[in-house]
Amino acid sequence: MRVELPGTDRPATLPPRSRSGWRRGLGLWIPPLLVFVVMLALWYGVSYLLLSPERRFLVPPPHAVVQVGYMDHDNLVELLAALGLTTRVALTGLGIAVAAGASLAILMHQARWIERSIYPYAVILQTIPILALVPLFGFWFGFGMVSRVLVCVLIALFPIIANTLFGLQSVEPSQHDLFTLHGAGRLRRLWKLELPAALPAIFTGLRISAGLSVIGAIVGDFFFKQGDPGIGILIDLYRARLQSEQLFAAVILSSLLGVVVFWCFGYVSRRVVSRWHESGRDPRGP
Amino acid sequence: MTAVARSPSPAGFGPAEPVLAFEGVSKRFADGTVALDGVDLRVAPGEFVTVVGPSGCGKSTLLRIASGLEVASGGTPRVSTAKIGYVFQDATLLPWRSVRANVELLGELEGLPRVERRRLAQEALELVGLAEFARHLPHALSGGMRMRVSLARSLTLRPELFLFDEPFGALDEMTRQRLNDELLGLFVARRFASLFVTHSVSEAVFLSTQVVVMSSRPGRVLGRFEVPFEYPRAPELRYTEPFAHISGAVSARLREGSA
Repeated sequence: MRVELPGTDRPATLPPRSRSGWRRGLGLWIPPLLVFVVMLALWYGVSYLLLSPERRFLVPPPHAVVQVGYMDHDNLVELLAALGLTTRVALTGLGIAVAAGASLAILMHQARWIERSIYPYAVILQTIPILALVPLFGFWFGFGMVSRVLVCVLIALFPIIANTLFGLQSVEPSQHDLFTLHGAGRLRRLWKLELPAALPAIFTGLRISAGLSVIGAIVGDFFFKQGDPGIGILIDLYRARLQSEQLFAAVILSSLLGVVVFWCFGYVSRRVVSRWHESGRDPRGP
Repeated sequence: MTAVARSPSPAGFGPAEPVLAFEGVSKRFADGTVALDGVDLRVAPGEFVTVVGPSGCGKSTLLRIASGLEVASGGTPRVSTAKIGYVFQDATLLPWRSVRANVELLGELEGLPRVERRRLAQEALELVGLAEFARHLPHALSGGMRMRVSLARSLTLRPELFLFDEPFGALDEMTRQRLNDELLGLFVARRFASLFVTHSVSEAVFLSTQVVVMSSRPGRVLGRFEVPFEYPRAPELRYTEPFAHISGAVSARLREGSA
């Protein structure tokens, strides 16, 4: 091993902490960027080397996807309108799931017997494949918006219930004692102690459920095609018409939606709880 | 050292009507464990009584009964005041509240008006020397500072009886001694009645007017030791011969009990 003297060039393996800010930022961005470039190269490879020109529509090259999918005005408008609708469906479903899930968790937290009565069904809800229920929603609620939102609610509900309940139960016994000693009733205890203590866990659930509700909205699109099209409907349509550039463009957009939603809730969570709770802090350190 | 009153003798009578008077208090838990067995205890205003004993001797149960968190299964536990301050083993601060908001919590729960809460919190924070940290969050403070915030929080309601459940047990020796000194400062200033629980003999002797030694499973009183030193007590008291003498006697009784 070579001994490094102070002042000599630092080896590249030094912990990132010892580097200046922008170099550290660069260190964080370069590896994933490289992977991105490699993936693009692979994509081109598949399009031009693996596929013969007449089969190239199966994997159109990236620039064709961008040109046809995003540069064409009408196409872009169609895509964005559909994406907007899917986002609304996902957020509506998520909102209902949060309100219902948190209320259920608070209700279960009020008494052991309520928890014991309801929780098994929450678990069953999680284990039955929601997809198997989806046709049933259409049967009951029609093949439009209501059913699409309902898919999101059902798919996003469990993480909210489980995490809220876990959070409410995470309060230290001594903190409960303190509130008992000073005559705090149920409502005060909930408002001033249990809910704030549960916030980090609730945000964890929210982040998981946000991703799930995007999946739910796209799945809902596939099944419930009445009304304005969501991005899932477009994906199915492009597939049927063999419009592969548009198909790829739509798939990429819906993935981005999932990423953005996940990131947004992560950001909000960090803003709200990281002041006092380690779960909200950036795992890479301050 | 004749000043040390050795038990067995009836519980020492304080100078005034006791704030806390336990007679033959017992506690048996649902699983059959006997935590306390016929415990007599008296704490009068201006008295600082400390209970020492091994872990699991029901010391904390005594405090829980005194505060009403737990009900005794036998005997008569009498507490003549509702103004009780309870200091827990951990600081039990709410991590999302600033130091000031934490100190205001009890006033908030008791429904004091905002201005009054504010004033009491400010006064208590000044008393424990943390006024300049009022806007900090608990996680930014050291363990000792958090414990002082916890003390300040209890002080806001001006308790007549203070219950301490090994409050300094998790701190290092230096911090613990400093907090002992500060606590005695508060005791001298406010003269509340105190019931303090610890397993540190020197902490017990340094703080108290009376040290009660307990055995474990079942928790029984093994002996009582009057501590004659005048308040205010200087930190150097810990290294004097009379102090060592009493500490030795308390330790010996503890050892007999656990043998």
